[in-house]
Order: sequence, then C-alpha cells, then structure tokens
Amino acid sequence: MENLKEITLTHCTKQSAVIDLGDVETEEFKVLNESDYESDEVASRKDKGGGGGQSGSPYEAAKQSMTENMTKMMWQAGTQQARKAWSLYGNIDILRPYFDVEPHEVRTRLFQSFIPKPIKDRQKIHKELYGPVMVIFTLIALLLFQMKAAEHKVEEGTLMGTAFGVCFTYWLGAAGLMWFLCFVCNTRISAVQILSLLGYGLSSHCVVILLGTVIHTSHDHIFFYCLWAIIGGLSTLRMVSVVLSRTQGHRQRLILSGVLTTLHLLFLLYLHFAYHQIVEDLSGVFDDKDVVPNPVKDNVHDSLVDNNIMGNSSVIEQDHPDVAHPLLTSSN
Amino acid sequence: MNDVPLEGDIVTPGGSPSSEDGEFNTLDEPVRETIMRDVKAVGIKFWHVLYPKQSTALLKEWDLWGPLVLCVFMAMVLQGSSEDQILTGDGGPQFAEVFVIFWAGAVVVTLNTKLLGGNISFFQSICVLGYCVFPLTVSLIVCRIILIASQTTVLFIVRFLVVILGFAWSTFASTAFLAESQPPRRKALAVYPIFLFYFVISWLIISHTY
Repeated sequence: MENLKEITLTHCTKQSAVIDLGDVETEEFKVLNESDYESDEVASRKDKGGGGGQSGSPYEAAKQSMTENMTKMMWQAGTQQARKAWSLYGNIDILRPYFDVEPHEVRTRLFQSFIPKPIKDRQKIHKELYGPVMVIFTLIALLLFQMKAAEHKVEEGTLMGTAFGVCFTYWLGAAGLMWFLCFVCNTRISAVQILSLLGYGLSSHCVVILLGTVIHTSHDHIFFYCLWAIIGGLSTLRMVSVVLSRTQGHRQRLILSGVLTTLHLLFLLYLHFAYHQIVEDLSGVFDDKDVVPNPVKDNVHDSLVDNNIMGNSSVIEQDHPDVAHPLLTSSN
Repeated sequence: MNDVPLEGDIVTPGGSPSSEDGEFNTLDEPVRETIMRDVKAVGIKFWHVLYPKQSTALLKEWDLWGPLVLCVFMAMVLQGSSEDQILTGDGGPQFAEVFVIFWAGAVVVTLNTKLLGGNISFFQSICVLGYCVFPLTVSLIVCRIILIASQTTVLFIVRFLVVILGFAWSTFASTAFLAESQPPRRKALAVYPIFLFYFVISWLIISHTY
C-alpha cells in the first residue's frame, strides 16, 4: 500500500513538475518575446528542453519512483538490521557462544592460569568470557572489601565507582593495547582470546588482594611483595608463555613479553598501593595529631573544663580561637 | 448508524458473568480496594521470600514495586547524613550509589543468567533478585536498632551474625526461585554472581556503623 501511495505521489509531483515546466516555458517565452538579447539561442534551448522533458517524462517518472522506492527499502532494511543488532537480545545472542562453559572447565582454567607452560608448542586459548567477567566482578568486590576493611572511608562513593572504572578500563585498555601489539608483531591471537587470557590472569590479583587484606601487616609490605612476586609472577609467566608460543621472532617476543609483564605487575602494585597509601597517610595523621573536627571539639571541651576549674580561659582562645568561642558562649 | 448493536457488542459476549463476579471489572470499585489488592500481592511475595519453597508466584506475577520499596528504603537508611560527613569526613554510601548498586547488580546478574542460557525473562529475574533482598533489609533494620546502643565487640559479633544470616537467606531464596530456570549443569555458574551481588550489599550493611 505504501509503495502504491508513493508511486501515485511521485506521479502527482511529476505532473505538477510538467505543469511548472510549462509555466516556466511560457514565462520564458514572454521574456524572450520582450527581450532582444540572444533570442535565437534561447528559443532553440527552449525547444530542446521542452521536447525532451515531455517525451521522457513517463520513463523519468518510473525511474525516479523506482529509485525512491529502492532507497526507501534499503533504508528500512538497514534501519531494521541496525536496530536488531543494537537491541538487547541481539547482543546477547552475539555474546552467548562466549559464555558456553561448564563449571569444571572454569575451575580448571582458573587453576591453570597460575601454571606456566613450555613455549615450544603452540598453546590453546579458549574463546570464553564468563570466567574473565566473573574474575573482574570478584576483583571489584574485593577492592570494596579492601577499602572498607582498611577503614578507608574518605570519598568512598567515588572510590566505589573508581573500582569499577579501574578494573574494566584496565581489562579493556590492556587488551586493546596487546591486540594492537600482537597485530604489529604478527602474533596469531584474536581479540577475544586476549580478553580471555588477561581476564584469567587477573585472578592472581584477586588472590593477592584478598590475602593482603585478610592478613594485614600495617606498615610492612614484605608479605605483600612476596605474594606479588610469587602469585603475580606465576600468572604473568603463564600469560607470557601463551603469547610467546604464538609469536615468531626474538624482537617481537621481547616487546610482547615486556609490555605484558609490565602492565600486569604494575597494575597489581597500583591496586594495592593506591588505596593502602591513603590509609597509611590517614592513620599517620590520626596518630600524630588530631586534625578531625570532632576530636578537636572534645579536646577543647576537656581543656575548657580543666581551665574553668583553674579559672583561666584565655589559653583556650589562643589555642583554638575559632572553635573555642561558641563553646565558651554555650557553656556560659 | 444505529448505536444499539455497538452497545450490545461491548456488554454481551460471555463477559457478563465474570463482570458480575467483579473479577475483571475494576472500573467501579473503590480506589482503596485496588490499592489494597496490589499491596496484598506485594506482601504475599515478601512472605514467599521469607519462606522460600518452590513457588512460582514471584515468577508468574512479577512486579517491581517490592524491589523499588526495598531499594529506596535501604538507600535512605544507608546513606550518610551531612552531619556525619562534617564531623568525621565520612561520606558514607550515598543514596544514588546504593540505588545504582542495587539495580545495576540485578541487571548484571540477569544478563549473566540469560547468557548462560537461562529460561527466564528479564523482568522476572529482576523481580526475584529484588524481592530476595528482603532478608538483608530485615537484618539492616536489626543492625540499626543494635546501633542505638553503645558499641561493643559482642554487639558487633551479633550484627555480623545477623547480616550473615540475612545474606545466606537471600542467596538461598533467590537460588530456590531461579533454580528451575537454569540449565542443571550450570547452576554453580549462575549462583556465583548472585552470591557476589548479595555479598556487596551485606558488606554495605555491616560496614554501616553510625
């Protein structure tokens, strides 16, 4: 029905166009009759144009309507496909093959992510994303746990968002960088395989952060460095061995292993120290002097009571001129 | 152009007995009855969560009223007041933060269920996950009451146990409802994100100390 409508519409417009042409012609003719310049040339042009337009109009109309119909159909089909691709279920269907795993497979892969393998044989990487995604969500939960367990309360809301941002940005960003380098170095590995490899590699971060939080040695980082070197090192070796087994050439291997090791180990250091450093600073501040308003108030109140007993209130005003006044007035 | 057949068509065909029963005709009932019916439906679902057996009430007649109420309540209780913020420099989880964790977490868990091949619709899963926060909300209320008293280690242990209980209950209830829709081999994979989701919420509750 719509096509029929369009065709009739285009016919209508064509007719009106023809009528317009006629109008133009007559006007032109009038002008020509009135003017003296180039009368012959314009007259011949008028004949050509008018004659051609009238003889080709059905053909032109059909052609135009067909073009319009085709464009419309193409556009509709394209829009529909795009909408389908962007719809939720469309995306789910695209991702579903990557989530097709069994529990024991995930368990085995998690365990194997700590075991380096010889680089002689080309090692298999599974195209699977369930494990990596869950590892990252676990890491986010552990980061929240770490912040809270370390009584790190300042700007917690921001940090909770940051935990999400940091973990996903690292995963996607590092995978993007590695994918580019692998492309440059001619490594036989796909983007999904890199995502999977890096995601499983993050399980070492989970273990180290969990142990580092539960067995917390306040100002001594030797325990953490041991975990960092052993567990982080093992998972790094595993990833490096997998990537190297698929790469040819010493220079390329050196670049890839260097970048991968640096990214992986530095990220673990960052995750530990980005939050713990703040905690240490804070605890140092709390230990050294009371700068938080609440204890100040208490101190002032205590000293106020003492000084009232002693009968000398001017000392308080010198020590805490801002805070002491309202308290003095309220106590008086 | 006679109006009579038109009127006849609307009133007559087989619908008259049911409308006389008042089952489907809710146009002329009092607003109070309508609201009370919905409230009762939500209350029954809460009861199903507290006493989780293989019931399909949560799945068949899903709604998002219960989750919304629970989420708003938790967000309001958990958010740090501005007074606390000034005194201790502690922002606490803000309203929006709890709200986002609640809904984004439920969406992620649901997507995971769908990706694993679960046979359940999107909003059904959101409904179940939202209603199953109820035990944790109860533990939050208990914790608030305990927090009125001056804090000791014993009271902290009591709070800890209450939250652990709520956490276990929530996880158990949601698995009981969602177990049917999962492929039997992959139950562990579907339960893990649910566990993580309730873990984060219970961690928010137990770390809320003022």
